Amino acid sequence: MAHPTSHTWFARHELGLFWRDWLSMMTAGKRGKELLLASVLAAMALGAHWIASAIIGVWAADGVAMTKANLVMLSGGGILFFTLMLSQAMESVTRAYYARSDLDLILSSPASSRRLFAIRTGAIGVSTLMLSGLIAGPFINMLAVREGWHWLAAYGVMACLAAFATALAVLGVITLFRTVGPKRARLISQIIAAVVGAGFIIGIQAVAIIYYGSLSRLDVLQSPELIANAPDVSSWLWLPARAAMGDGAALVGLAIACFGLLGFVISLSSSSFGHHAVSAAGVSETKHLETRRGEGFRSMNPRKALRHKEWVLLKRDPWLISQTLMQILYLLPPAMMLWVYYGENSGFLVIIITVLVMASGQLAGGLAWLAISGEDAHDLVTTAPVSERALVWAKVEAVMSIIAVVVSPFILAMAFVSVRTAVVAAVGVFLSAASATAIQLWFRVQAKRTLFRRRQISSRTATLGEAFASIMWAGTAGLAAGGSWLAVMPAFLALCIMLAMKVVAPKEV
Amino acid sequence: MAGAGFALEISGLEKSFDRPAVSGLDLKVKAGEFYALLGPNGAGKTTTLRMVSGLLMPDAGSISVFGIDVKRQPIEAKKITAWVSDEPMIYEKLTPYEYLEFVAGLWEINAQEAERRATELLEWLELAPHAHERCGGFSKGMRQKVALAGALVHDPKLIILDEPLTGLDAGSARLVKDVLLNRVRDGVTVIMTTHILEVAERMAERIGVIAAGRLIAEGTLDELRAQAGQDGSSLEDVFLNLVAEHSEAA
Repeated sequence: MAHPTSHTWFARHELGLFWRDWLSMMTAGKRGKELLLASVLAAMALGAHWIASAIIGVWAADGVAMTKANLVMLSGGGILFFTLMLSQAMESVTRAYYARSDLDLILSSPASSRRLFAIRTGAIGVSTLMLSGLIAGPFINMLAVREGWHWLAAYGVMACLAAFATALAVLGVITLFRTVGPKRARLISQIIAAVVGAGFIIGIQAVAIIYYGSLSRLDVLQSPELIANAPDVSSWLWLPARAAMGDGAALVGLAIACFGLLGFVISLSSSSFGHHAVSAAGVSETKHLETRRGEGFRSMNPRKALRHKEWVLLKRDPWLISQTLMQILYLLPPAMMLWVYYGENSGFLVIIITVLVMASGQLAGGLAWLAISGEDAHDLVTTAPVSERALVWAKVEAVMSIIAVVVSPFILAMAFVSVRTAVVAAVGVFLSAASATAIQLWFRVQAKRTLFRRRQISSRTATLGEAFASIMWAGTAGLAAGGSWLAVMPAFLALCIMLAMKVVAPKEV
Repeated sequence: MAGAGFALEISGLEKSFDRPAVSGLDLKVKAGEFYALLGPNGAGKTTTLRMVSGLLMPDAGSISVFGIDVKRQPIEAKKITAWVSDEPMIYEKLTPYEYLEFVAGLWEINAQEAERRATELLEWLELAPHAHERCGGFSKGMRQKVALAGALVHDPKLIILDEPLTGLDAGSARLVKDVLLNRVRDGVTVIMTTHILEVAERMAERIGVIAAGRLIAEGTLDELRAQAGQDGSSLEDVFLNLVAEHSEAA
């Protein structure tokens, strides 16, 4: 048995907490669902391997040699995964500093907080690896089956990248702590994490749109210009890609660099962990004054009061804005497409409509969760002399008005190209947003707004329903804009999804 | 109007979750009375009061507030009722001033009148210096005072409080008690659950003891002493004796 407060003892403690937290997240806290969860995960793993096999089949039809083109492709894919890892690591490191769950106990105990932070940083690296491994694993496995077992070295590269991402995340958060202070550090690091997570994909799509007029991020990685201008095969830039392809020396070199950096960062930062955690703990105690308006109380009916409250709460929570409005970032590529092809023809609008409709559904889902489930003063609102119907309508109005503000510029710009297409887009956006809102209404659970990050795991059925309904409405709008009668098919499927959601939604107590 | 002399009339109230929480409860509270509802953990106090406030639907039985049937006319009943829970539910990103403005909007109180009451309440509850600070940085006591101000700003005839003094410091607790007693003097009915028996002993005109979802004893402190056969005893002794007797009988 490990000696109390030793590294092993802390590691066991962390592992136990991580496992329970993960299981509780995956089963939504319901016991006896472990077997079902295992079955679902196994089915998903099979499906992911099937998709990976299909994708790899196209790329590796003639084998994967160590050519410049393949190194560019692998490195591009690696950067995609690395941005995900960095985003996840930054989010986790920030949480480790600001979560007070057991910090009071540990910092007031005679145990070494340096040791705890060292273990916690390592655990962040492991969880980062696991997350990206879930996505990359099927591709690595299928490459190993098709091309040879040397491809399993790619798992080693993933571990190196996870260590590197964790080291960068710790350095980044500590730098923010020291430069902008603990209050702003949390917000900035969470926004950076979100932007990093989406930034690379959006950036590469933007480049693809400008040069090729397509939304496929792989087009850029296969362009002859890029391959011609890329460094030679022997360049150190290809070290991770060569390591992934089974080059043992490259893997060892990469491991020394990445794990060495992580070790250095841990030794550098763990001593200041207690100090930073204590200063982070004082953040919630800071005063935040609002400027008093001169005109006194506004005359409001309940619906206006509820709408106004929702807008004020959202406006004053930059973190929630960054989380909910992340969907808007995904609208940047289609916005760029609108700008690049404006006036040339109206065919490109079909692509924009589908993205717009899908993003509206996702954005509405997040906002509806905040307004309906994330009601911090649930008792107050429920005991108010307002009918349930009026309450719900006020919240739906608050959500839909925000969606309208976000998408209106796109719809207006479309209307100048084609009024018919703009009308189709507006109807699609409305249906997608209304469906997501309705699903959030049917699956509402009382929760604190601060639990927004976990909203998707509180009901996976609702999350999946929301996503599929948005996709189907996007398909409907895209096909309708293209003048195809096939639009009735996804519309019918969307209605079936909504009906199914209504049927399986929990009954109210 | 039936039962106009009573602020609250509960008859045959039942509510079950995994097991029965309230089982055929009958209770009457007079208008203008300070009534304390006591009981061990899990006795059904909070469930009962949540049903009165409209937060839960009863499985069976009836509830009327000043003669208004809570099931049939919930909006009318809510207009004259206020609910304060042990865990103050307020918005961290709003200031007390904005919170009270929001409550006034929900109860459709005239804006000028609501602002006058809000200013008065913020003064009484010593929140005026913090009226324009976001509630996120407030202590538990300050949050509870904001929640109480929200309950009082619409001038309710019936105030229901579930463990309102939990976690409050002595000064804040005294302030909350004074505000409640002032309201009772003005004719408002207050129903409060508490585990601090001394508070019930000092403040309540009548006390109800609830166990296993039923009212097992009720009356003034002297009447309860008589029921328990413990003249001159403290409320704590009387309460423990009544609950123990009920457990043995069950």
